[in-house]
Amino acid sequence: MSENKVAAPAKKLRFMPQLAGRPYLGLSLTLAVIVIMILWPLVTGKDITRETVFTILLSVTLASSLNILLGYTGYVSFGHVVFFGLGGYVGFYLLAIQGWSLWMAMLAGGLSSALLAYLLGRAILRLRGAYFALATIGINEAMRAFINNFKPFGGPIGMTLNFQVYRDYGGASQALWMVFYTMGALTLLAVTVSFFVRTSKFGLGLLAIREDEDAAEVMGVVAPKAKTWAYVLSAIFPGIIGVLFFFKNGSIEPAPAFRLHFSIETIVMVMLGGQGTVLGPVVGSGLYQGIRGYLLTSAIFKNIQLAVAGGLLLLIVLFVPDGVIGWLRHRFPFLRRVLQ
Amino acid sequence: MDFILASVIDGLLLGFVYGVAAMGLTLIWGVMNVINLSHGPIIALGMFGVYLIFGAFSLNPYVAILIVAVLGLVLGVAIYYVAVQRVINAPHLSTLLATFSVNMIIIGLGTAIFSASPRNVEFSLGSLTLGPITLLGTRVVAAFAAMLVAGALYLFLYRTRYGRYIRAVANNRDAAELMGVPSNRILALSFGLGTMLAAIAGGLIATFFPFTILAGGAYELKSFVIGVLGGLGNPIGALFGGLILGVLEGIIPTFMPTTWVPVVEFLLFVLILLVRPQGLFGAKS
Repeated sequence: MSENKVAAPAKKLRFMPQLAGRPYLGLSLTLAVIVIMILWPLVTGKDITRETVFTILLSVTLASSLNILLGYTGYVSFGHVVFFGLGGYVGFYLLAIQGWSLWMAMLAGGLSSALLAYLLGRAILRLRGAYFALATIGINEAMRAFINNFKPFGGPIGMTLNFQVYRDYGGASQALWMVFYTMGALTLLAVTVSFFVRTSKFGLGLLAIREDEDAAEVMGVVAPKAKTWAYVLSAIFPGIIGVLFFFKNGSIEPAPAFRLHFSIETIVMVMLGGQGTVLGPVVGSGLYQGIRGYLLTSAIFKNIQLAVAGGLLLLIVLFVPDGVIGWLRHRFPFLRRVLQ
Repeated sequence: MDFILASVIDGLLLGFVYGVAAMGLTLIWGVMNVINLSHGPIIALGMFGVYLIFGAFSLNPYVAILIVAVLGLVLGVAIYYVAVQRVINAPHLSTLLATFSVNMIIIGLGTAIFSASPRNVEFSLGSLTLGPITLLGTRVVAAFAAMLVAGALYLFLYRTRYGRYIRAVANNRDAAELMGVPSNRILALSFGLGTMLAAIAGGLIATFFPFTILAGGAYELKSFVIGVLGGLGNPIGALFGGLILGVLEGIIPTFMPTTWVPVVEFLLFVLILLVRPQGLFGAKS
């Protein structure tokens, strides 16, 4: 089997996909969790639930995308929000200034992020460890500073959507529901892509790079190419949903589009759920947003929610580095078939 | 012409202070390969330390900085034992996130206590006029203080027993341990020295710039740029890197809008990482 040949050099593949078992069970479970989330606001019928679930779905998509690079390939992209911001900006420009439809704008946003990742990938993926992490921070900051000065995108003021635009989508309140279902569909798609990457031969190559890049190359994984495509794949969905998010928002500015903190929150979600697993980012995003929502509204923690979140993060990093799903898989091996 | 000269000298003076902040970051990287993401908030704590001590006891800010330095050292050692020690041998992601969680804790508590409103230390040393150039007294003193700190660090690292221990651990922790160096304590000391330098830099900046609890973030990013310019892990390189950045910040606004400064800085940063990751003056020696 050629798959085995690729995987052989890795000393310990902690999340070795069960090729022989029933891999689709794990995918079905993950997708079922997401579908339940999407249907939840329909059951309660409240706008507030829809907004909460929207935030979670957004996080799930970002976290699953990042996981392809962070969890499978082992490259820590600290400035991943650059793809969200750039895609959002390109799409918003086409939507607000050039009058494109939302769908074409989303496509353009995703493609521009993918293109940026492709161009950057060749150069910065040569860097390893903390040097790569620092470079991604630098790129995000450079991009933010550049957009801040870029007149066609409105410079520091950014751009706003004419309210009339929502009329094409059945009015403002109807548009919100449409945006929500689009987000849901994209989340399902992103997680499915993440699953197929993980179980494919390409994904095995990525896992091998994570464990030992030099050994992987010796065994025939063309690391620069594989890493670049992983980077591109992890950039597409953030670019697409950037457009969707700022369309819903109605305006875009450099600071919220390229907020470094947002990137790091996404890393925390991946870590919390379990990096390198398909279900992990889904669980992590839900947990993180749940905890955050609780802290923000609780009387005791409201003022120090950031400090409490920091404390929790520290505990996870120090004591549960594999995240919830990683821990469960390690502790109860029979769950490995279900929890991918 | 005078205008450019004045900008360059002003930039150089600031550059010394940036250099001290970056020395702290790069020292920690050089000894234990940890990028300290709590660097910015510690710079901000240095600012607030001077602000509070000056406000409460009307102590001379430069005396206050001495106290802040000691507190910075203690805080750093504490951070090492609580957050870093356990993950020191784990992949980079763990140390990045561990120090980032310290960042969140400090910023979270800091905003709850001090709010995000701007403060400044009401202190002035007048100004110094040299021909066509006028310099703020506080900046001149800060530059001299920064040189003093850099010199002291150099002497400590190269002329004392503990400095030799630190260099030994940076070079090869296992070998140093075998030679009887208590490497864990030395790592804690190095982390403390790194945060001490950050706190001092913050204190010096507070004497001439207004600040908020979030102000450290900008200086943290500058420290990354400087650290990479000077070679990560090379504290003396960081001082020169600081001067380069300071001069750039002085010169660029004379021929293009100030808002372009960060674009140039970060492009330079990424470029150096790609072309010369060991920095202009060589990485850890």
